[in-house]
Amino acid sequence: MRSQREASRAVAEVVGRCRPQVVPAYPITPQTHIVEALGAMIRAGTLSPCVFLTVESEFAAMSAAIGASFAGSRTYTATASQGLLYMAEALFNASGLGAPIVMTVANRAVGAPINIWNDQSDAMSLRDCGWIQLYAPDNQAAVDLHVLAFRVAEALSLPVMVCMDGFVLTHAFEPLAVPTQAQVDNFLPPFRPRQVLDPGDPVTIGAMVGPEAFTEVKYLSAQRLDAAVNVFEWFAQEYAEITGRRYHAVESYRIEHADTVVVALGSAAGTLYELADAVPGVGVLLITMYRPFPARVVRGLLAAARRIIVLERAFAPGAGGIVTADVRAAVAGTSAMVHTVIGGLGGRPIRLASLHAVVTADALPDIHFLDLREDVVRREWERDPTVSAMEVRHVH
Amino acid sequence: MSTDNGRSLSLATRTAGGRLVPPAQRAEQANPHRRNALTSGHRACQGCGVALAARAVVDAAYRASGGKLVVVTATGCLEVFSTPYPESAWRVPWLHSLFANAASVASGVAAALYAQGREDVRVLAQGGDGATVDIGLACLSGMFERGDDVLYVCYDNEAYMNTGIQRSGATPPYARTATTEAVGGEPGNPPGTGKDLPRIALAHSIPYVATATIGDIHDLEAKVVNAMGVRGPRYLHVLTPCPLGWGSGPAETIALARLAQRSGLFPVFEARDGDITSVLPIRRPVPVEEYLRPQRRFAHLFADPDRRLLTRLQEFADSTKARYGLM
Repeated sequence: MRSQREASRAVAEVVGRCRPQVVPAYPITPQTHIVEALGAMIRAGTLSPCVFLTVESEFAAMSAAIGASFAGSRTYTATASQGLLYMAEALFNASGLGAPIVMTVANRAVGAPINIWNDQSDAMSLRDCGWIQLYAPDNQAAVDLHVLAFRVAEALSLPVMVCMDGFVLTHAFEPLAVPTQAQVDNFLPPFRPRQVLDPGDPVTIGAMVGPEAFTEVKYLSAQRLDAAVNVFEWFAQEYAEITGRRYHAVESYRIEHADTVVVALGSAAGTLYELADAVPGVGVLLITMYRPFPARVVRGLLAAARRIIVLERAFAPGAGGIVTADVRAAVAGTSAMVHTVIGGLGGRPIRLASLHAVVTADALPDIHFLDLREDVVRREWERDPTVSAMEVRHVH
Repeated sequence: MSTDNGRSLSLATRTAGGRLVPPAQRAEQANPHRRNALTSGHRACQGCGVALAARAVVDAAYRASGGKLVVVTATGCLEVFSTPYPESAWRVPWLHSLFANAASVASGVAAALYAQGREDVRVLAQGGDGATVDIGLACLSGMFERGDDVLYVCYDNEAYMNTGIQRSGATPPYARTATTEAVGGEPGNPPGTGKDLPRIALAHSIPYVATATIGDIHDLEAKVVNAMGVRGPRYLHVLTPCPLGWGSGPAETIALARLAQRSGLFPVFEARDGDITSVLPIRRPVPVEEYLRPQRRFAHLFADPDRRLLTRLQEFADSTKARYGLM
């Protein structure tokens, strides 16, 4: 049954129903409402036995999560933006050691300039840290993906990030269905750790590995990560049988007869569906699972597309689109043209009219910044003494 | 069961405990049935103070916890020499995560054990001085402040030895390291008292803070036992000479640790709830130069005919003795 509530609250409720035992938390906008609500539930004893650890940094949050996970407890935390970057070292450690932690990332821009609003620069910058990354296209998915995340994480002993666009999703009030305790219990078995710190059976976790075996350790964990595509689909089917809501690693909309397919991650989904409804020949491909990248699925779904536009809420300075590179590799050998559109940076809305103009334009550059304010750019260029150095670059 | 099987370390009463010492007064390290939590075969240098201290500390904690102990270790010499894959010298459940986060990882372990109703299992975190006083200080302070049930042990060898003897916040004044060379008017580490972490720990008013050296096994073990008898955040700071970094002989490790205490440069004390409750008095005081002379890291102090810097270090030792009432 759906009821009206803030998405952060719904996420906190569903995480609570996953019966976490340790929640280390450090506040950062726009993740705060999630951990505040969880903290209140834990304080009230409704999630007992569960410990809420108010740590002094995101680095400590992820570190405590690693300790709790290897002590055999189901562990959850949430962060965003600078906080995600501040825990970067511990993220690689969690995946390298195989700690099945689930973390919400309330996607937010990364400074400088400091900006609290939404884009996906944070999670994109850590796409290669060995975590499974899921991007919620809407708030119902954000709720359900957390339950799936715990199941997949614990089945593979790998950590999972559930990314949901900050404010756009986290702070939206809408009718949402939170799976009941019985449904979650039916789907998510108690946590059985692969390795645990047990005085009765002492193990060494986190040994130093040299050149003689480091490649093999990395190879094995990459194999495990790759398996997440199929494991996710398997559990998503089981989840659908319990809740009636089916998720896929990649979702498509109106791509059967589409000449142009717009590829995106996250909350641009709704706007893109409207675009596809409005413009004949336009389809949408939504990547829910970005790491591991389901390249084979993407290639299959894009087989008929002649033009692919990757709409990205982040970009790689000095290189271009981030998701674009993965999509290009997936469709390599086909004749499709691949373009990058950078939009929604630092909280700027991705407008239907702007997307409409992009897909109906006669020609598209390789990289297009959506709704770029030319007047601001020109004004800054005129007063910037480094412009002459940039002109030298253009000459060469 | 008799323990008089010849594995005792010495006949002298101030060492681990031999046949002439009543069994109850012998150190855990004289117990042939001790856990040997850090067992032989690891790759520490000869005379490594950390290896000696870690075995003594973890064995004592193991016994005090009735064998129900989990150990978290920061990146550093101890982690590197004890766990080169596929080997491990640890005979306790042991987790190494990162350099800076041993305290936070231990907090997480303790939280999980609490949530599981397994508070009988105790948590010990350990790290070197770099991991503790420098890069991991925020995590450690957080662990103190929250009241997490963890004993954190710092093995202080007064520099970043694992990376090649660079200065840390615990490096003493004038010591030569790879980043504080003995050149210029103020050769070696710039003067100052360094980061005095035991006092920082005291300022958190945590239930237990103590210092010890590897030179007094009875005192070291007693402090581990005392710390394990208390719940909440506890801190033990152990001076562990490093032959490689200090430029001393491998056989001098224990002697140097004792000289550090006898010179007054390293005060040995115990504190509860933020107040110092006892100090180890200096019974046979020595001038600082007796402690400094065997160490090549201080060789430049003796090249100066005016012994200017030695005088300053003696003044510092004297003020430390007065501050803690060591004489």
